[in-house]
Amino acid sequence: MKFRLRLSVVVVCSLFCSFSFGQDLASFEKRTTLKKLSNGLTVIICERPEAPVFSFFTLVDAGSVQDPMGKTGLAHMFEHMAFKGTDTIGTRDYAGEKVALAKVEETYAAYIAERDKRVGRDDVKLKTLEQAWKDAIAAADKFSAAYTNEFGQIVESEGGVGMNAATDYDETTYLYSFPVNRLELWAYLESSRFMHPVMRQFYKERNVVIEERRMRTDSSPPGRLFEQFLSEAFAAHPYHRPTIGWISDLNTFSATDAQNFFDTYYVPANMVVVLVGDLKAAEAMPVIEKYFSRIPARPLPDERTTTEPAQNSERRVVLHEQSQPLYVEGYHRPDFRSPDDQVYDALSDLMSDGRTSRLYRALVRDKQIASDAEGFTGLPGNKYPQLFAFLAVPLPGHTTKEMGDAIHAEIERVKKEDISDDELKMIKTRARANLIRSLGSNEGLANALALYQARYGDWRELFGSVERIEKVTKADIRRVANATFKEENRTVGVIEFAGPPGGPGDAAGPQGGGQ
Amino acid sequence: MKRTLLSSVTSLIVALLLLGCFGTSVSAQEWKQIPIPKLPEFKPPKPKRIQLSNGMVIFLQEDHELPLIDGSARIRGGEHRVPAAKAGMMDVYGEVWRTGGTKTETGDQLDDFLEQRAAKVETGGLGDSTTIGFSCLKEDFADVFRVFDDVLRSPEFRADKIEIAKKAGYDAISRRNDEAGQIAGREAAKLVYGKDSPYARVPEYATIAAITRQDLIDWHAKYVHPSNIIFGIVGDFDTAQMEAKLRAAFESWPAGTPVKNEVFAPHPAAPGYYLVEKTDVNQSNVQMVALGTTKKNPDYYAITVFNEAFGGGFSSRLFSDVRTTKGLAYAVGGGIGTGWDHDGMIRMMVMTKSPTTFESITAIDDDIAALGKSPISDSEIGHAKDAILNGFVFRLDSPSKILQEQMAYEFYGYPLDFLETFQEKIGKVTKEDVARVAAKYLHPDQLAVLVVGNASEFDKAPASLGAVHKIDITIPAPLPGIVPQQ
Repeated sequence: MKFRLRLSVVVVCSLFCSFSFGQDLASFEKRTTLKKLSNGLTVIICERPEAPVFSFFTLVDAGSVQDPMGKTGLAHMFEHMAFKGTDTIGTRDYAGEKVALAKVEETYAAYIAERDKRVGRDDVKLKTLEQAWKDAIAAADKFSAAYTNEFGQIVESEGGVGMNAATDYDETTYLYSFPVNRLELWAYLESSRFMHPVMRQFYKERNVVIEERRMRTDSSPPGRLFEQFLSEAFAAHPYHRPTIGWISDLNTFSATDAQNFFDTYYVPANMVVVLVGDLKAAEAMPVIEKYFSRIPARPLPDERTTTEPAQNSERRVVLHEQSQPLYVEGYHRPDFRSPDDQVYDALSDLMSDGRTSRLYRALVRDKQIASDAEGFTGLPGNKYPQLFAFLAVPLPGHTTKEMGDAIHAEIERVKKEDISDDELKMIKTRARANLIRSLGSNEGLANALALYQARYGDWRELFGSVERIEKVTKADIRRVANATFKEENRTVGVIEFAGPPGGPGDAAGPQGGGQ
Repeated sequence: MKRTLLSSVTSLIVALLLLGCFGTSVSAQEWKQIPIPKLPEFKPPKPKRIQLSNGMVIFLQEDHELPLIDGSARIRGGEHRVPAAKAGMMDVYGEVWRTGGTKTETGDQLDDFLEQRAAKVETGGLGDSTTIGFSCLKEDFADVFRVFDDVLRSPEFRADKIEIAKKAGYDAISRRNDEAGQIAGREAAKLVYGKDSPYARVPEYATIAAITRQDLIDWHAKYVHPSNIIFGIVGDFDTAQMEAKLRAAFESWPAGTPVKNEVFAPHPAAPGYYLVEKTDVNQSNVQMVALGTTKKNPDYYAITVFNEAFGGGFSSRLFSDVRTTKGLAYAVGGGIGTGWDHDGMIRMMVMTKSPTTFESITAIDDDIAALGKSPISDSEIGHAKDAILNGFVFRLDSPSKILQEQMAYEFYGYPLDFLETFQEKIGKVTKEDVARVAAKYLHPDQLAVLVVGNASEFDKAPASLGAVHKIDITIPAPLPGIVPQQ
């Protein structure tokens, strides 16, 4: 299982190290240029002339947390649509296609209005409406069928690699890398896709996304566990909803909904574009400005959400599966702006990082009850109040209860006893080394600079967290552990082995959720 | 947890040509007006190769961007040579080589020493080799290299760590049927190479239990000699000084007996349908497989172009047809696999909801069959070659990537300029070459079609397809006393 990168696991430079924080930031100040365009878009160029290539990262500061009620999965759905081209890429007759796509939306609205009637649905009429919708799709497809995936084809033919995108609870990101001589082409392509995206082939792509849900969630035991676990841990905040979307929402939302999501959240002032590579800011920035300034300014969206109320009793999710046991538990903690943010990072490192970590030594090495165990922060995101979570994989013959007990014993130790000088030093040394290692790739740097710029409004916070983690004390770790790791603040999720269906222990059967 | 546009499965495409409309543009294609200047001359630094008198090959690659030094050694001999009765031995060896410590220090002591420096020394076991590597800040090089050298030459394989590694092995066995994707990958390899082939077999409780400390000691004594080792180092150092240090460290080490890479004959299963029933899924995992070839085959270049056009990219035929146009799958793709030293796997894969399992298989079969009537066109070949050649610079864009390529060529006996001739050979691939390799390697009726899924929900009853071979994936029970029962 992969969890999202911890934003703040980065940094630290002790006073005694030769590669100092000051030098590091100074060198970055010199080769990093930020410009806010007149439409509000933030552009950052970091010069790294190692090879004649560059990577970019476009970050839209809206994710599945912004999915409207009843339309979960919409942020992710739009992300897929951002590869469908524009008014000139993916068709040669947009005027005609536009009319045909409008007809698709009209017929779809009529179809689902009938489909979702609680009383008095007319099944004959429904079939007719469905056929009208399908006919409209077929008519619209004629305008684009000859240019299928033209956007991606251009990027690939021109030497683009690593083209992908990701939707998270907190944000949506787009990335690939190009040879440097394609900078202007890139500026055209990337600005065009966010200036005039076209919702073509929407309902087929929706089926693709539903297959993605089947793959990641419905047909995967850990996928099923984490969906249920997060729904349980968050009662009010949108972190309780899956980014991929609930199946009924996926079968309902429309291309019009996706366009509305785009119009609301893909606003220049809500986006950061970072380029890292063999570029000279003085030459590249005007090119980027020329193309990205075409995107009209729009007002920032209201991104306020429900605040998760304090939890007042332990919650528990138990899945009986055909697969082997897993154990996870999570505790609510504040968001990334908390003054204790770096204390949580230190706790995560202490518990999980390497063979010297507390959980490895206790559960894997000494008790020999688990094949893996870790504690980490930022589940499922870090922009909003989130979970600090623990995960353990029991060895054959050992129970999920033993996992919980052993984790709690380690938590009690951290609450009651100061960590050692060596441990504290290790945490800080490792953070410094991790920072240095993260600076050696265009993709990694573009990702980190974009995230820090979006969260803090200042990419320098990539280095600024240094000072904060340097100040973390043993007392901080005990204080934060005591404030966070309390039974009433805990949600537990487990998979228990139930054997094959029909066999002994068959308790639940498949949990698959799709259609 | 991220949701992404593309899965890691290589994916593919089409439509442009099938419909014959490409190039009949009506409105201006603005992107074609954008000038593309010449890519600046780029001469990436090549590593220096030296060979010690004892046969050890060393590559040194300077990279002064960051104050780091990383090194790794690859040693001939791996899991493929392990007796079947001890399958999985390299998993245990690869772990305990490091965790079992050295003659003078326990693994736990090494953990503390290294973690205080945020450094790593790690070992691993592969099919044809074992590996040991380190990563450290430049200032800690002397300390970390001492540990690396000690683990490399004087491991102790302490018994307590062997127990932990074996338990992890038992755990992996117990979990190997939990995820459909893992089942599909494992069983597809067995169909192509044979279930007992070293390329496909998997550990069992009994084979892990049979592994002894002496086995690990004997393995190390037999294989870890300079004449079997290729070592690469990259980072912030001066080559001449580093070379002197490495010569001082390794030159006096006796050569030992070199081993040759070994290749095992495949025993492919008959074409037809193979079914693994899994009732807790609503999506089928389909792999259509056969034996591929190697990168040494002159067909490699035409295959590379074919794969890009047929199953490799965002605009490939399979991606465009099965995913974009038919909406049948999120993950679809495939191609003719090329191994370094033994034949790779031809593999088309798709993951689709249970009720469209056979519809998707048919769609892929049709895309393969269509290659006869509508061969990969000049235009498709143009796009594929552009993608490969324009993206070529990304194979050279960091010193460590270049080092790794060189080490692979050395290990498998390829010319060290393999990558330099690659572009030229791709450039020469013709439409006829691509059609020829497609016809030579890809035949729908010769594929073993593996379906891992929920048969009661399929769009066709498996029984209606004639002989469907059911594969039993029940895990053989552990010997009493070895693994606690559930």
